[in-house]
Amino acid sequence: MALSADEVRYIARLARVALDDDEVERLQEQLSGILDHFEVLSEIETDDVPPTAQTFDMTNVERPDEPQPSATRDDVLANAPRQEDGYFRVRAVLD
Amino acid sequence: MAGPIELNRTAHEHAAALRAGRYTARALMEATLALVRQQEASLNAYITVAGDEALAQADAADKRLREGEAGPLTGIPIAIKDLLSTRGTLTTAGSRMLGNFVPITDCTVVTKLRAAGAVFSGKANLDEFAMGSSTEHSAYGATHNPWDPERVPGGSSGGSAATVAAGGVPIAVGTDTGGSIRQPAAFTGVLGLKPTYGRVSRFGVVAFASSLEQVGPFARDAEDVANLLGAIAGVDASDSTTAPVPVPDYTADFGEGFDGLHVGVPVEFAGDGVEPGVRDAVERAIAVLEANGATIDRDVSLPSASAALPVYYLIAPSEASANLARYDGVKYGFSVHDAPTMWDEMEQTRGRGFGDEVKRRIMLGTYALSAGYYDAYYLKAQKVRTLIRREFEQAFAGHDLLLTPTTPSVAFKIGEKMDDPYAMYLNDLFTIPANIAGVPALSVPCGLSDGLPVGLHLIGRAFEEGTLLRAAHAYEQHTDWHTMRPPAVV
Repeated sequence: MALSADEVRYIARLARVALDDDEVERLQEQLSGILDHFEVLSEIETDDVPPTAQTFDMTNVERPDEPQPSATRDDVLANAPRQEDGYFRVRAVLD
Repeated sequence: MAGPIELNRTAHEHAAALRAGRYTARALMEATLALVRQQEASLNAYITVAGDEALAQADAADKRLREGEAGPLTGIPIAIKDLLSTRGTLTTAGSRMLGNFVPITDCTVVTKLRAAGAVFSGKANLDEFAMGSSTEHSAYGATHNPWDPERVPGGSSGGSAATVAAGGVPIAVGTDTGGSIRQPAAFTGVLGLKPTYGRVSRFGVVAFASSLEQVGPFARDAEDVANLLGAIAGVDASDSTTAPVPVPDYTADFGEGFDGLHVGVPVEFAGDGVEPGVRDAVERAIAVLEANGATIDRDVSLPSASAALPVYYLIAPSEASANLARYDGVKYGFSVHDAPTMWDEMEQTRGRGFGDEVKRRIMLGTYALSAGYYDAYYLKAQKVRTLIRREFEQAFAGHDLLLTPTTPSVAFKIGEKMDDPYAMYLNDLFTIPANIAGVPALSVPCGLSDGLPVGLHLIGRAFEEGTLLRAAHAYEQHTDWHTMRPPAVV
């Protein structure tokens, strides 16, 4: 399975990862090579097999909806790259 | 006190000495930190070596020792993989992305270790976000194998393994998503256990592949692995994937030997890909088990196991691509501020903050989950995962343990596999199936090949870590491999 450079750029856009041209070229080759190794899966018959998402079959773990102590605003903002007036500061999303 | 403290000891030997008052936890920690700092010049096993806060922890342990309230880990030095959040101490995940990240809470495992009175030697080096098999993919430089500094210690928990193997600390914690505890344990000649999925809380552990990973112990004998697992295991209200299964005394079956144990050796793991020196060491270990009461069955097959590697390299990157979406430069971590738009800032934050292997896996996972490919890749992998689970269940119907080499080869040279991602992935061929099936597995030192350690891999039924540790303890009664040390560090 050979990926084109455009496909690599499209995946990078979906993943929100900036790549330079060298990285695109390298990933094109490496990802194509890795995908070739996945071909063996298509030879395994799985029509009536349900998927496994995780191995310990527990669902719907619930607890009473009671207030619990939470982190302070100072704690939450402690690692913020940019903050202002007690908020995370971000660039405008819409122009 | 008579002379310097002998550091080349297990945790339970230190615990006995501390209780007998032969030395204090503070003196033990001072000696430990001095040795660790000295070894860092050649190993680079840590991203952060502990400072005075470790001596305060040691003083608190000494108080408990004096008051008769010490447990098996009280006052014992332990290294923490730098993927586990430590309140107030830098937690980088081996990434530039978290190069300035100081958690506001401890992860549950660290909370439990503090409660047990363990003393932290520092935050151990790892492949970035635990993605790798060599600890070369760390933004803070590669860790070196104490047996041969030109070789890797394995990964991703290579720093934890290297500092235990070098005698810096008797125990450490790592994480294992596809072999990241067991493979470095094998490469450095120590024991390493991946617990059953759901046995140990993942709360506060920097997430990579949530359906596969577990925190687990490194140590130099089965008793220490058992005590450390007992201290960190158990249900946690903060992690709904932890199992409400009681935590037993993992040493309870020590002394029962191999008698009555049915051990299966799957035919798929005896193939041509295994180095002769590794195969010889494992065969000698099998002979020890057989001569001492175990029943060995070589007519066991896990036919879908060969598909475990592609299944893993679809599921783990897919989960990673979702988990690592949180690194957007807004809430914490590395952040680019000078790009033209919000989207440019986010893409450059991620493009510059993540290393090559992390970007490769995010790309792979994003592709496997994208429209048009989801059924062929991600869903297909989840279905084959079901087949692999079923084959393990069938194999465990007639066997207490399955036995394989931990790795096909001994530790390789630094740089040897960095240009070929799939060759690197093949390291985890024998360890990945246990993560896919969610069952526990243990690597035990079983010999040397060309002067480098070989690991014996024991896989058990879900929540039967005690059987793995009983077998490892029995093996230690008949062999001395767990006492071997790197020549330079003895």
